[in-house]
Amino acid sequence: MLDIRNLHVKAGDHAILRGVNLTVKAGEVHSIMGPNGSGKSTLAQVLAGRETYEVTDGEVIYDGKNLLEMAPEERACAGVFMAFQYPVEIPGVASAQFLKAALNAVRRTRGQEELDAMEFLTLVKEKLKVLGVDEKLLHRSVNEGFSGGEKKRNEIFQMALLEPRLCIMDETDSGLDIDALRIVADGINRMRGPERAIILVTHYQRILGYVVPDHVHVLVEGRIVRSGGKELALELEEKGYGWIEREAKTATRAGA
Amino acid sequence: MSDPTTTIESFVSQDYKWGFVTEIEQDVAPPGLNEDTIRLISAKKSEPEWLLKWRLKAYRHWLTMKEPTWHNVHYPPIDYQAISYYAAPKKKALQSLDEVDPELLRTYEKLGIPLDEQKMLTGVAVDAVFDSVSVATTFKGKLAELGIIFCPFSEAAQEHPELVQKYLGSVVPYTDNFFATLNSAVFTDGSFCYIPKGVRCPMELSTYFRINAQSTGQFERTLIIAEPGSYVSYLEGCTAPMRDENQLHAAVVELIAHDDATIKYSTIQNWYPGDKDGKGGIYNFVTKRGKCLGRNSHISWTQVETGSAITWKYPSCMLIGDNSVGEFYSVALTNNRQQADTGTKMIHIGKNTRSTIVSKGISAGYGQNTYRGGVKILKSAAGARNYTQCDSLLMGDKCGAHTFPYIEVKNPTAHMEHEASTSKIGEDQIFYCNQRGITKEDAVNLIVNGFCKEVFRELPMEFAVEAQKLLSVSLEGSVG
Repeated sequence: MLDIRNLHVKAGDHAILRGVNLTVKAGEVHSIMGPNGSGKSTLAQVLAGRETYEVTDGEVIYDGKNLLEMAPEERACAGVFMAFQYPVEIPGVASAQFLKAALNAVRRTRGQEELDAMEFLTLVKEKLKVLGVDEKLLHRSVNEGFSGGEKKRNEIFQMALLEPRLCIMDETDSGLDIDALRIVADGINRMRGPERAIILVTHYQRILGYVVPDHVHVLVEGRIVRSGGKELALELEEKGYGWIEREAKTATRAGA
Repeated sequence: MSDPTTTIESFVSQDYKWGFVTEIEQDVAPPGLNEDTIRLISAKKSEPEWLLKWRLKAYRHWLTMKEPTWHNVHYPPIDYQAISYYAAPKKKALQSLDEVDPELLRTYEKLGIPLDEQKMLTGVAVDAVFDSVSVATTFKGKLAELGIIFCPFSEAAQEHPELVQKYLGSVVPYTDNFFATLNSAVFTDGSFCYIPKGVRCPMELSTYFRINAQSTGQFERTLIIAEPGSYVSYLEGCTAPMRDENQLHAAVVELIAHDDATIKYSTIQNWYPGDKDGKGGIYNFVTKRGKCLGRNSHISWTQVETGSAITWKYPSCMLIGDNSVGEFYSVALTNNRQQADTGTKMIHIGKNTRSTIVSKGISAGYGQNTYRGGVKILKSAAGARNYTQCDSLLMGDKCGAHTFPYIEVKNPTAHMEHEASTSKIGEDQIFYCNQRGITKEDAVNLIVNGFCKEVFRELPMEFAVEAQKLLSVSLEGSVG
């Protein structure tokens, strides 16, 4: 489904990603871990189409298409969803309106009919119930005055509503207490399915106790330096990132 | 890396769709202003003698006045002798719509206002004013059955002189201010509405103003009188061709609400705003005021201001009757080089009078948006209340928003509330919408409409939709 080849990305003059390679197939859950500043969030944002980053080399193929040539909204309509690390507040815009605009944009692309206000409300209320989210959400402005946990749950709710094919979770677990973490993890698990892939960007192993990944990758200084199964995450939890960073440095030096 | 404001700036190139010129033979007075000009206008309109005298009094007073400079708008001096004060299509409408020049009917059709009663939105009566004259008024007969008078001002001056004489200048005296005094001297046409006692006007009354002729000014005068227990909702719209010169529009609107009467006055102002570099556009200097004369009377102003190079207007309420209510809901958009200095005055005189002010200013491009509000609670106004909310939205980093609220309280029982906020459409908000599948243009519209919704919901339904569309057109542009 997703093929990232030799991806190089700069922000200003600063090289952040320096040759990332990653293949994700439908039905898989990949976790991308790494120390602060290793480029995890940059990778997520570049996949979503954030324009503040410059891709200097490499390519990203999504469902046979060149993802990097698509506008952010085209990617979203094609089924790429990113749950934001810091969901943005949009004062004055009711969540209901925002969600309806988003859902209908996605439906148009899929060749489905747009929903009118009544059909939309019926569907959205059903989804809210499944996820145990209060209906009041619909009348509140998008993310405005939400607590950290509410914001993250809102991201999961939007994901459930839009039914994307590729879900990128950008540190969705950060800043959550244990109860909120469990709710968010439940929401992600509910999304797992043979047609859908999930990329879980995280600093900590803790969420992986609830959402068990098929593959774990460690990103250090803009490169994936190690890949493995779920046991790799446990190893990192135990030993920290230090040893892997040292290993990576030695390898770079040897290679140079 | 892209400049963080470029995406937003790409929206702010204007596309003014009403800028065409109607080719029609016109009767235009030579430029210049003196007593003869005023006599000419009065004669063209076959006005009673007292009205000419009133005009001349205003003119003589105007000669002693100085153009105000306290506002936060900047423009080169206006040469009042270079303006033509009267322009009218040669063939004038007489008895019925059939006699209206087809070219004029086509013009209004193009503007989306068919004057054919069959084709019209049911429930809206229209008075169409073209330069200095009213060319057609629809549904007059149907309204007359209820005793409602809805006609061009010049017709009212001939047919209902007692009403015009009683109320003209009773809210905005001819000495009021530089522009209102000028209007009093040279006003040409406008609408006159009279709603008799206890009548609820069954349709929206609407006037559509169009400036067409070159080098002319438009000086219309509107007078609405609501007798005890009556109700009327009135809407005005306006457009003008795209011309490189600036044209002056100085109107006066007077509203009078008696006991238990309600007047809702809505404006969708879409005069030509000038081009990207600020060339051309209408100078809009308007005085609008309502008198809540009776007990429990109610006047509500709603305005959506998207046009004009300069907007200078403060629709106000004098709350004289006990328990009377004044409201002001405003959206003002300035884009490119547009400047707006707008707001309201609420003068509380009667007991338990209440007023609400909700002002939303949107600035884009190099636009400068000023809110100027005055709330006065006089000694007599025991138990008065005011609520003011004043929000500014900035798009890009070259525009400006300014707020000047003046509050004067002479009675200690008054309750005053004032809220203000300034926000900016952020690149991150746009990206968040994009990531959910919403295009940049739709994202801006969503945010702008969300910002304005408290005002839009005060507009009559059909026009609320119109206003939303207008805002999105005014911000339309290629997506960067």
